[in-house]
Amino acid sequence: MTIARDWQLPDRGNVGILMLILTEAVLFAMFVVAYIVYLGQSTAGPYPKDILNIPILSTICLLTSSLTIVLAEDALKHGNLGNFRLWWLATIALGAEFITATFAEWRHLIVDEHLTITTNLFGTTYYSLVGLHATHVIVGLIFLMLVMIATLLHFDIEKQARRIKLLSWYWHFVDAVWVVVFTVVYIIGR
Amino acid sequence: MSPYLFAFLDEHKITSIFNPLSTPAKTEINMGMLELAITAAIFLVVAGLLAYTMIRFRRRRDDDGHQEPPQVYGSNQIEAAWTVVPILIVFVIAGVSARSVWGVEDASPPKNALHINVIGHQFWWEVHYPGYNIVTANEIHLPISHNRDRATYLEYTSSDVIHSLWIPELGGKTDLIPNRVNHTWTDPQQAGIFWGSCSEFCGVQHANMLIQFVVQEPSDFDNWLAAQQQPQPTPTEISAGQKRFQAAGCWACHAVKGTHFNGKLGPDLTHLASRLNIGSGVLANTPENLQAWVVDPQHAKPGCLMPKSNLTGVNLTDLVGYLETLK
Amino acid sequence: MATVNYPLESAGLRNSEHSVLNILYRWIATTDHKKLGLMYIICMLLFFVISGLMAVAIRIQLAVPNNHFVSPETFNQLFTMHGTTMVFLVGMPMVAGLGNYLAPLMIGARDMALPRLNAFGFWAFLFGGILLYSSYFVGAVPDVGWFGYAPLTTTRFSPGASTDFWVLGVLVAGFGTISSAINIVATTVSMRCPGMTLRRMPMFVWVMLVDALLILVIFPPLAACQIMLMLDRLIGANFFNPTVGGNVLLWQHIFWIFGHPEVYVLIFPIFAIMSEVVPVFSRKPIFGKPAMVGAIVVIFFIGVGVWAHHMFTVGLSALSNTFFATATMLVGIPTGIKIFNWAATMYGGKIRFATPMLFACGFLFQFLVAGLTGIMLATAPFDWQLHHTYFVVGHFHFTLIGGLVFGLFAGIYYWFPKATGKMCSETLGRLHFWIFLIGFNITFIPMHFAGFLGMPRRVYTYLPGHGLETWNLISSWGVAVQIVGILLFVVNIIWGLWKGEKAGDDPWDAWTLEWATTSPPPEYNFEKIPVVRSGRPLWDLKHPDDPDWRFE
Repeated sequence: MTIARDWQLPDRGNVGILMLILTEAVLFAMFVVAYIVYLGQSTAGPYPKDILNIPILSTICLLTSSLTIVLAEDALKHGNLGNFRLWWLATIALGAEFITATFAEWRHLIVDEHLTITTNLFGTTYYSLVGLHATHVIVGLIFLMLVMIATLLHFDIEKQARRIKLLSWYWHFVDAVWVVVFTVVYIIGR
Repeated sequence: MSPYLFAFLDEHKITSIFNPLSTPAKTEINMGMLELAITAAIFLVVAGLLAYTMIRFRRRRDDDGHQEPPQVYGSNQIEAAWTVVPILIVFVIAGVSARSVWGVEDASPPKNALHINVIGHQFWWEVHYPGYNIVTANEIHLPISHNRDRATYLEYTSSDVIHSLWIPELGGKTDLIPNRVNHTWTDPQQAGIFWGSCSEFCGVQHANMLIQFVVQEPSDFDNWLAAQQQPQPTPTEISAGQKRFQAAGCWACHAVKGTHFNGKLGPDLTHLASRLNIGSGVLANTPENLQAWVVDPQHAKPGCLMPKSNLTGVNLTDLVGYLETLK
Repeated sequence: MATVNYPLESAGLRNSEHSVLNILYRWIATTDHKKLGLMYIICMLLFFVISGLMAVAIRIQLAVPNNHFVSPETFNQLFTMHGTTMVFLVGMPMVAGLGNYLAPLMIGARDMALPRLNAFGFWAFLFGGILLYSSYFVGAVPDVGWFGYAPLTTTRFSPGASTDFWVLGVLVAGFGTISSAINIVATTVSMRCPGMTLRRMPMFVWVMLVDALLILVIFPPLAACQIMLMLDRLIGANFFNPTVGGNVLLWQHIFWIFGHPEVYVLIFPIFAIMSEVVPVFSRKPIFGKPAMVGAIVVIFFIGVGVWAHHMFTVGLSALSNTFFATATMLVGIPTGIKIFNWAATMYGGKIRFATPMLFACGFLFQFLVAGLTGIMLATAPFDWQLHHTYFVVGHFHFTLIGGLVFGLFAGIYYWFPKATGKMCSETLGRLHFWIFLIGFNITFIPMHFAGFLGMPRRVYTYLPGHGLETWNLISSWGVAVQIVGILLFVVNIIWGLWKGEKAGDDPWDAWTLEWATTSPPPEYNFEKIPVVRSGRPLWDLKHPDDPDWRFE
């Protein structure tokens, strides 16, 4: 019957990942709202403008990783496994740099500036928001590394192109969230 | 001052919201009566239609089930009709509601308003009359407002968790929230003793965090103010009871103006003997009850923050005797 | 994508494995939506009974003033666990159970879109529930109310682990809920059988789709405030610490952004049941299907914008209060439209008052009352009197029992034959309905009056001589009648399983796809994936001279 043959519905993986992204976006929104509500409300310092340095390098790295993951997918589409591995590794490296830089910044804030999550409202909202994002980056990195291991072990990675695409959507989401967090914390909030 | 000086007042133990005795309460209940009328009408119409439909279109016994009724899929006109009518009803209710909200909430205090501050605690009410340097607890006196000319303006906050103060006949409730000051007002139009309660769950003794508003004629109220402003007189010789108050550590939490007792953790006891109740409404203020309370407040109010005193014998009677002098 | 027709000749099911271990394994390791759906429903019913017993204890304590049936601490634990259980361990698994069991059958699919996620969701829910109840074994039972206001829930005022159990149990169960919601959206979007456009999708599935989207939007706020509270409690963060400038109202705002739409999440599946049961037992299609779907979508959008009607007494501005009051009243309009449409479906029909329909009719009257008391509460000035009183308790039990539980019984009695292949007893069902109806109203109508007379919520006792004794005593006696009703239900289910008549594929002469397969359905649901041409494919088959697709 023609109805059956021509029946095309959206891919369930796409829908699933989009719904996950929707729900995570609302979660981040709540912490962003808390951050904004408590801006300027800390009764004692340290205050953002005194101690926050804009993380330019790590931001560039993270946003570039969105580009490299697209290049990796493109290579995979054309069957170029060598390039795929290269760009995929670059993505992981850039993401790892972001995490390393974040933790270095935290170490500086805690040890040198004496800002912890308990210090004041700024500390509470800063570490929770940036930490929530960093957690999502780490989860993404774990999955990225699983794919890296799979391709290095010569699994048939081309067959997993659909799942890799879904993972890349998650990765793009994490990068987009960083744009929002960066703007709120380091630009508006300083 | 003995509590019996205003015990002649009508005690409103039945606190129905349908007995509004102040302007805000009347505004709220007028709104409520309009609501009740409209919702009752809606209920009669809709429930009537439902009942009619269920009875009229029930399957008859002789129906063999083979003939299906006409399959009607919908009607745009009918949908429009029963969308528009409810929107109009909502428009009316919302308009009246908005007017009431602004009328009650945004009223600014008149010049001669009495100002009272209330601070919520687990599980008692700290009361200040800032214009008169009066500190008391669990019982608020206010003047009657015969021609709506003497309002009482109250400011609420909390020292710990969220509480809410509600005297049904004198107005709606307002929350007492830490790190926030809320305002409300009332102008009671009938004298009496009005019961109220904490209306936001605040912990184990939330149920027993009661309060009374005592509404008095202006002269009686002025007398009360004057008496409450007086510190306790310094005696020529400190009584055994007052010494027991010191020895038993009561001063760690309680204050008595006119002495050096200045505890801030519990209710101010300067004029304890003038109050109608103790334990924020849990016991009537009689010597027997006061004694039982002092020995073991946990018996009447398990979980309240006042510990047992373990006093007995002459120590106990001395202390209670002293407390009874704090009129 | 190639469709597979069952039963496959080569894949023989080995019926030889009937050992207990094997049966247990098949249920624990299952990803089959029907098994998981039944597991959700069974667990839900168990939690319902446990929580109901707590309610019995509450009403015994409140039957007379100054009662000593339970201590104040125990009472506060009882109402906290009762509320938390009913919302998160009865209401939410009901959504997941009904959705997971019925959606694939109704859209002509073999399973949910993401079967393993489905299994994960169930076990996360169950683990969350067990975590919450394990608090009893360590003597740290939550006692802060089901909506746990800060700062009462901070470490300073709730030392010990009880609040931690509350937060973590609900949080873990919430992950299960979000998983189910993702699955329902993916299933309804991607797994519909050929010919089933969104227009032709049954009302039940439409409502579950919107419900799932609502869950995806409101459960993150719940998770967010709970994470914030845990950060405060565990490592000393300051989200709800007023001593350093924290705003305790932040909790209320974020919680109610979850908490109010949550009540729609809970009631939507009941609306879904109503839109299946009422048409079948009136012998007419649902009246105004586009308007019904539209109403659900409108409730979705308005419903996420009315949360502060739970906060009319915290001292928000007059403008805020007016906005939220107006928005709340507006949400009553699409709900009213739904009631009118169900009534119009019955109008002109041939109503058969089988047990499912009895409960559906009970729902209609009681939910109407609940909606009207809701309108009273929506008007801020009146709410300043009624907030946090027994009037509110009466209101939400009318929506939750009078609405949700009655509708749920309608659904259980309706789909019990499909899931088990047996019919329940109509006599027992009728008795269950009338006795439970009477008991429910005896308990909850007087609560409105207790509220009018000044009785606040969450009080373990009340003073004598304040006019509250009569109403409380009547309320408590109603519980005994309700218990009889519930027992009749249990007996009816057991009787149905044991001695019930064989149901056959389609005992109610219904029109959606689940009635096109056997009762119970085989594991693969349908031998051939169906192809549909209208919203009522079985009506088309049974009435080839007057098919729906000619009119849609």
